[in-house]
Amino acid sequence: MTKEEALLRYILRLGDNALILGQRLVELVAHGPELEEEIANANFALDYFGQARMLYSYAGELEGQGRLEDDFAFKRSEAEFCNLLLVEQPNGHFGDTIVRSVLFEEFYHLQLDALIRCDHVRLAEIAARAIREIRYHLRHNSQWLIRLGDGTKESGAKAQASLEALWHFTGEMFEGDEVDQIFHDQFNGPKLSNLKEQWKASISGLLAEARLTIPVDRPMQNGGRAGRHTDHFEPLIKEMQYMQRTYPGLTW
Amino acid sequence: MVVAKISLMTEEERIWHWLEAVPDPEIPVVSVVDLGMVRKVYVVDSAVEIEVSPTYSGCPATEVIEQSILTKLRSEGIESVTITRVLCPPWTTDWISDAGRKRLSEYGIAPPTGAAGKWQLLQTTVVKCPRCTGVQTTLVSEFGSTACKASYKCDECLEPFEYFKCI
Repeated sequence: MTKEEALLRYILRLGDNALILGQRLVELVAHGPELEEEIANANFALDYFGQARMLYSYAGELEGQGRLEDDFAFKRSEAEFCNLLLVEQPNGHFGDTIVRSVLFEEFYHLQLDALIRCDHVRLAEIAARAIREIRYHLRHNSQWLIRLGDGTKESGAKAQASLEALWHFTGEMFEGDEVDQIFHDQFNGPKLSNLKEQWKASISGLLAEARLTIPVDRPMQNGGRAGRHTDHFEPLIKEMQYMQRTYPGLTW
Repeated sequence: MVVAKISLMTEEERIWHWLEAVPDPEIPVVSVVDLGMVRKVYVVDSAVEIEVSPTYSGCPATEVIEQSILTKLRSEGIESVTITRVLCPPWTTDWISDAGRKRLSEYGIAPPTGAAGKWQLLQTTVVKCPRCTGVQTTLVSEFGSTACKASYKCDECLEPFEYFKCI
């Protein structure tokens, strides 16, 4: 893999995480449990789409083949997306949505924090913009996790079950591969395995406050970063790309 | 504020002056200059280059704002305008000018309190009611009509109001 290919892949992974989680969150519009949460999640989705746009437009510039941000979002097939499996998991009930966001955002925040300090100027700039938004999300989502976990017997049990169900998608976040290695060597990027301890410490602290139990590490499921997705992914992409798939090349 | 006669201004001052008349499309009482979105203005010969910082990554107003800047400058007879988006240093609410804060407050939006420093967000700050300046206020929702605002209620005059999030 050349340096250029690795960099492009690195950027697309970041962009895909943002786009796909954003797409999941907009599914809640008109289906949120209450008005405030509906607006909250729509706002979060907007932040994610903005981040994805910055990353995709940069990917297009780097690639130099004339692809624009929309081409990356709407004209790639399932296997070309390299987001984490965690972010493509369905919204489920509100506890599932909150647990998914907290598990991912505690990681994403660490990743952005490390990217701010890397030697790749453009990514560091994008990360510096994005981290402020993610911090706001995390504050809100963590408060919800505490409220659900330490709420009623039922909300606590449901939050614990969400945690158990999503836990085996968290291992993938810390599995560095050749792309990460090249980015680390070239631009002093984060070593994903090094983020794990910090992530686990933040998550443990939060779960303790929420009176939830940290799940036991079982074999983890991976594949998203290599384009192998769970069954939930295809319907999401089909819906997101509906217009381009039905009317190829359609423009506003 | 004393404004120098437009004919006495340098070309760059003139551009800044015009940009002060370009409103934010969602909060029209403040200009793009008040918000701190315009970073630099360069004039080389008759070509103008403007550096603009987007606010929120996903702010849907970004494109509209850039278009409004182009339209305004063209209406003033400037044809060659380039807008460059700059991300560094990132825009934060600290970039909002004092004049901008005052205008927000007069309009009924409480301006951001404190500095958008690293962990300020996680601290409790007093948000003053922009209508009665009361300090007994309650957060109703961390989200509001646009991505940049939260919703509050004043416990003194009982009026609801919006707060420009410190981020």
